[in-house]
Amino acid sequence: MVQLTVNGQTHDIEAEPDTPLLWVLREQIGLTGTKFGCGIAMCGACTVHIDGVATRSCVMPLAAIEADQKIVTIEGLSPDGSHPVQKAWLALEVPQCGYCQTGMIMAVASLLEANPTPSDEDINAEITNICRCGTYNRVRAAIHMAADAKAG
Amino acid sequence: MSIVQSVSRRNFIVGSAAAVGGLSLGFHVPFAALAQDAAATLPPEVNAWVVVKPDDTIVVRIARSEMGQGTLTGLAQLVVEELEGDWSKVTTEYPPPGENLKRDRVWGSYSTGGSRGIRDSHDYVRKGGAAARHMLIAAAAEQWNVPASECMAANSVITHGPSGRTLRFGEVAEAAGRQTPPAEVTLKDPKDWKIAGKPLPRLDTVEKLTGKQVYGADLKLPGMLNAAVKACPVFGGTLASFDAAAVETMPGVRKVVRVDERTVAVVADTWWRAKTALDALPVTWDEGPNKDLTSADIRAMLAEGLEAEDAFIGNSQGDAKAELARVEAAGGKVITATYAFPYQNHATMEPMNATALYTPDKCEVWVPTQNGEASLAVVAEAAGLPVGQCEVYKIHLGGGFGRRGNFQDYVRQSVSIAKQMPGTPVKLLWTREEDMLHGAYHPTTQAKLTGALDADGNLTALHMRISGQSILAAVRPQGMQGGMDPVVFQGLTASLPEGHLAYTVPNLLIDHAMRNPPVPPGFWRGVNLNQNAIYMECFIDELAHAAGAEPLAFRRKLMADHPKHLAVLEAAAEGIGWETPPAEGRFRGLGQIMGFGSYVAAAAEVSVEDGELKIHRIVAATDPGHVVNPAQVERQVEGSFVYGLSACLYGECTVAGGRMEQENFDTYEVLRMAQMPAVETIMLPSGGFWGGVGEPTIAVAAPAVLNALFAATGTRYRIMPLKNHELA
Repeated sequence: MVQLTVNGQTHDIEAEPDTPLLWVLREQIGLTGTKFGCGIAMCGACTVHIDGVATRSCVMPLAAIEADQKIVTIEGLSPDGSHPVQKAWLALEVPQCGYCQTGMIMAVASLLEANPTPSDEDINAEITNICRCGTYNRVRAAIHMAADAKAG
Repeated sequence: MSIVQSVSRRNFIVGSAAAVGGLSLGFHVPFAALAQDAAATLPPEVNAWVVVKPDDTIVVRIARSEMGQGTLTGLAQLVVEELEGDWSKVTTEYPPPGENLKRDRVWGSYSTGGSRGIRDSHDYVRKGGAAARHMLIAAAAEQWNVPASECMAANSVITHGPSGRTLRFGEVAEAAGRQTPPAEVTLKDPKDWKIAGKPLPRLDTVEKLTGKQVYGADLKLPGMLNAAVKACPVFGGTLASFDAAAVETMPGVRKVVRVDERTVAVVADTWWRAKTALDALPVTWDEGPNKDLTSADIRAMLAEGLEAEDAFIGNSQGDAKAELARVEAAGGKVITATYAFPYQNHATMEPMNATALYTPDKCEVWVPTQNGEASLAVVAEAAGLPVGQCEVYKIHLGGGFGRRGNFQDYVRQSVSIAKQMPGTPVKLLWTREEDMLHGAYHPTTQAKLTGALDADGNLTALHMRISGQSILAAVRPQGMQGGMDPVVFQGLTASLPEGHLAYTVPNLLIDHAMRNPPVPPGFWRGVNLNQNAIYMECFIDELAHAAGAEPLAFRRKLMADHPKHLAVLEAAAEGIGWETPPAEGRFRGLGQIMGFGSYVAAAAEVSVEDGELKIHRIVAATDPGHVVNPAQVERQVEGSFVYGLSACLYGECTVAGGRMEQENFDTYEVLRMAQMPAVETIMLPSGGFWGGVGEPTIAVAAPAVLNALFAATGTRYRIMPLKNHELA
């Protein structure tokens, strides 16, 4: 049994040590906002924060996570969808099917912590999540909007 | 008005078991609604389309599926427009397809493909809203004991004109359901629309931002187990044997089952454990007759078809072959080019999945599907039960793009597994690898185009020979016409309202040599319009170049008989600034086509530096006749470029050893943020017809870019995708 801290709560986890964090979150803890897309860290649908750093959880084995590391999922990004990135996403109505969007939002929230005013080049380099519906231009606009809002 | 005649007062939510109410959008845990007492408190409907609760909440029933394209919101707008409802109080729900059958298909078709969600149902959903309004007004008039003609409805309030008395929809909804539906209704003129036609926010955004939106892959039912499957990766191969004992003691494993002749599944307490055990399971395949098939074999098969004598004729004017021979013999100008388009996978972000619960007298399936009725038919067949003992509960899709409509293979698998574990719900979820290896692939075709120009640069003859795979022959043979697949000619027909050719050529022949490799084809967003637009629009550009003409002017001359095609092309060209030269190092290209009932065009501006293509800007113009939600149309047009350019730049599934070589996004590359061009959308709804929006623009993405790429490099890249070429 190992302990994980997810969205501020401690969970006792019974799972094989090589179980990816993604599946611990989805199947053991029941947080299904973090999505399964590819299983090889290529699409970003499974992005969560580990100590504030955007991490593709589908390739992060349970055994590699320390009990004191703070994991945040989309469900814990804000209590009510009020994180600046979520607000910008709502204002610009970014999602289409929405399946990739929670991972996209987590990646962007982490980017803005590290780089509060990313340029388009920064965004191109850092936000490599796949969206098949084609929301990229609204994602970009919403990143800038969230950055502006955070700058206040 | 069959739709109102067959309205039943029976509240189907009470009458039907399990998660019907729970599948209403907005419920987070569908199975929670199993509680029958909760269902009993649900209010009765006004008619099949509209439920109004005592608190005035309007529930609009939506038969078509929401997969990101915005149809859910658009259809609700059409209903509520005629209902005269308060938009701020609108929610939606999916009526289950089994209920549709029981009610004489009161909600019509559930098929959500071919960009038909709105264009095929706008008439009857609006009538449904209008009939409900009549019934609400009649109920209020009855309560006041005044003629209904003295009452009107607006914003969910009914007003008696002479007295000024008012009643809210929620106050009369129950009585309204007892009213006789009107024999006929008059629909509003679209110019009077207040809700439809407006860029209203989508109804399904908030939950997609917080992780609360439940997709099929997220479903959790009490006591549910999880299944991972592996089918023989070789097309046409079968499952010879597997050694269940080798994995049965692995953590969480409950059962190893043969799913069908080619597929094995492991069922476990969690999906990860099921997948882990499946990976460890010793499996022997019988790879069958295609085990040595390669892409080179398929290319050769299609190349033979380019020269074959026999072909199905899709469009013919004059005598193209004779004119081409005459010009050739006379030493005139004859241009020939050969193009090719490879297999593509839909690659929806949410892998295929379905959750099934089977008992000997009932089978229920929860599934993200583009066609609930197609799912239901497969459930009944796979369960071996009468359709009346089966039900399908639809869930939002994490992308569809054509993969989840006609093709219900994953539903069939889920029922087969559940049938071997009666009484236990089992969720089947494919890996990305399974999804890539067992697609319903965009078919591969090649095209050889030959055109003749006279001394003045006029196009006097054009022969377009398409060779390649038919979708209908494989998946819908009943749609074939005397052996011909009419869908092969999308956008190229003489006069079909679904999509006809813009160009008037005195001698024209467009024909198809059907060559069907043993790879399963499917409807992939945009379908055959995608490659047909590349072939035709790039070759027209080649002809313009050969004629020494400017590409827009060359097209204009050929498009005099097709003003709507020309109008969108002119709009896109104007938008990109066609008449003024681009900045140093930038180059432009155009493309247009008609498909899915709409006229579309695009203009692209690109540069090529050190062999690298950069697409700076796209201007797209579309005339779908009517626009129900301009904000959603804009999103569909933008998104179309991601799909179309992914195929143009990277998309390719190649065959070796009888199986696809690409198994995940590491080798099946798709467009990401860094490659996404700016897109400007121009809407030119000209009225008088209803065209689709979700697909047609995809087709003009590649030709506009390829023609710009020619302008930049002087080279025609005719074999897709571009990643296989050194650009210079």
